Amino acid sequence: MKRKDLLGLKDLSRDEITRILDTAARFRAVNARRIKKVPTLRGRTVVSAFFENSTRTKMSFDLAAKRLSADVLSFAASSSSTRKGETLMDTARNLDAMRPDAIIIRHSRAGAPHMLARSFPWAVINAGDGINEHPTQALLDMLTMRDHLGSLKGKTVAIVGDIYHSRVARSNIFGLRTMGARVLAAGPGTMCPPDLEALGVEVRHRIDDVIEDADVVMMLRIQRERLGRAMISSVREYAAFYGLDARRLERARPDVVVIHPNPINRGVEMAPEVADGENSVIMEQVTNGLAVRMAMLYLLLDGDDSGGGADASA
Amino acid sequence: MSAREVDRTIARLAHEIVERAGDPREFTLVGVITGGLPLAERLADGIAAAEGQRPEVGHVDITLYRDDLYTGLEKPVLGETRLPIDLTGRGIVVVDDVLFTGRTVRAAMDEIMDYGRPRWIKLAVLVDRGHRELPIAADFVGRVVSTGRADKVVVHLPGGVEVRRPGEGE
Repeated sequence: MKRKDLLGLKDLSRDEITRILDTAARFRAVNARRIKKVPTLRGRTVVSAFFENSTRTKMSFDLAAKRLSADVLSFAASSSSTRKGETLMDTARNLDAMRPDAIIIRHSRAGAPHMLARSFPWAVINAGDGINEHPTQALLDMLTMRDHLGSLKGKTVAIVGDIYHSRVARSNIFGLRTMGARVLAAGPGTMCPPDLEALGVEVRHRIDDVIEDADVVMMLRIQRERLGRAMISSVREYAAFYGLDARRLERARPDVVVIHPNPINRGVEMAPEVADGENSVIMEQVTNGLAVRMAMLYLLLDGDDSGGGADASA
Repeated sequence: MSAREVDRTIARLAHEIVERAGDPREFTLVGVITGGLPLAERLADGIAAAEGQRPEVGHVDITLYRDDLYTGLEKPVLGETRLPIDLTGRGIVVVDDVLFTGRTVRAAMDEIMDYGRPRWIKLAVLVDRGHRELPIAADFVGRVVSTGRADKVVVHLPGGVEVRRPGEGE
């Protein structure tokens, strides 16, 4: 894999995705050892710039960088000068002066990571840009699915919920289609964007129409913070029509894999007995997330320092 | 080196290892991916034949410990490392097919140390081709072969060892 940035799954090939997932699977072994650290990125600097709040994604990226021995510089919008009116480009120029090797960015504007990737030499990893993409989340979802299903080719993944606002869903759709999976969508009409069919997704709207066919059910979080207009009449009604509870799960294949990008609204999109049930792989997703982020840092960070240039073979 | 010579050399190395490393239950042969692993298995077979006790075999992929990862080229594919969960107090024999600059052995030792504190580490190689860049020497050497810096030493297991000079076909 030879590219500078990870901006989205839209432009990754099947070979590249396979390479990332294989590499991530190897990194899981590092996380199971007694000393959970390798010297691979010693002396490299990774900046995590979260212009939008995040707890677990930021923790996961920070830990991934530390396990590779990189120095991590954290930057949270709530405590930064963006509050004082600094533009993204000015912030980035300041970060650039610290000579980082990679920047992990989350931003409420779609395309913010792309702008930085074009303007600066360091690797840019998109940790979520507006409602566009969240590639590492989709990669960890796909790694989790692959662990359970073997291959993704020909498998059916049902995505249920607010697809319109979900960058996780978009990245998964791009990645899953590239890997040859069939993607079904269920959700209220207001939450299914009009371009879904053009992306190769079968839209069926009702959860009851997708649940029986699915090898994987991906439940999306109702993002109360993004629901500007009334897209659903009430949370309780949404739960009744689109929530995954034990009764609905009974109609699925017995070995169906239930995934959720976290954090869960218990009792809204997913009933507690499903979230904690044996089909749920939510905690595996967290473990795989760390491995996927280590893999991305390993694969992307370069900065040629071949200076002395002795080949290390034997 | 012909296939028969390699077989004889492996048998001799197995005897030397037992002689100096002691009870096969108390040490682990650790092959360096990729060339060292088949050799480690062959040595373990040889020790089992001689002693009636086969030592444990593990392997290390040293990619994450290399000192030349940042070359501007695509990153190497990661192999698997499998070592005893806790190797503190055990003996370790690092096994590789060819000893050259010594950088791979340095990386392998660093990785092994991250799994615990072995009682000792020794090094067994089939071919020592010289050109060391680090102060590393093998405890068990199959054959010393004089080579040019740019030569390639190719080990086939089973099979023999050949030295290719630059310009000769791959």
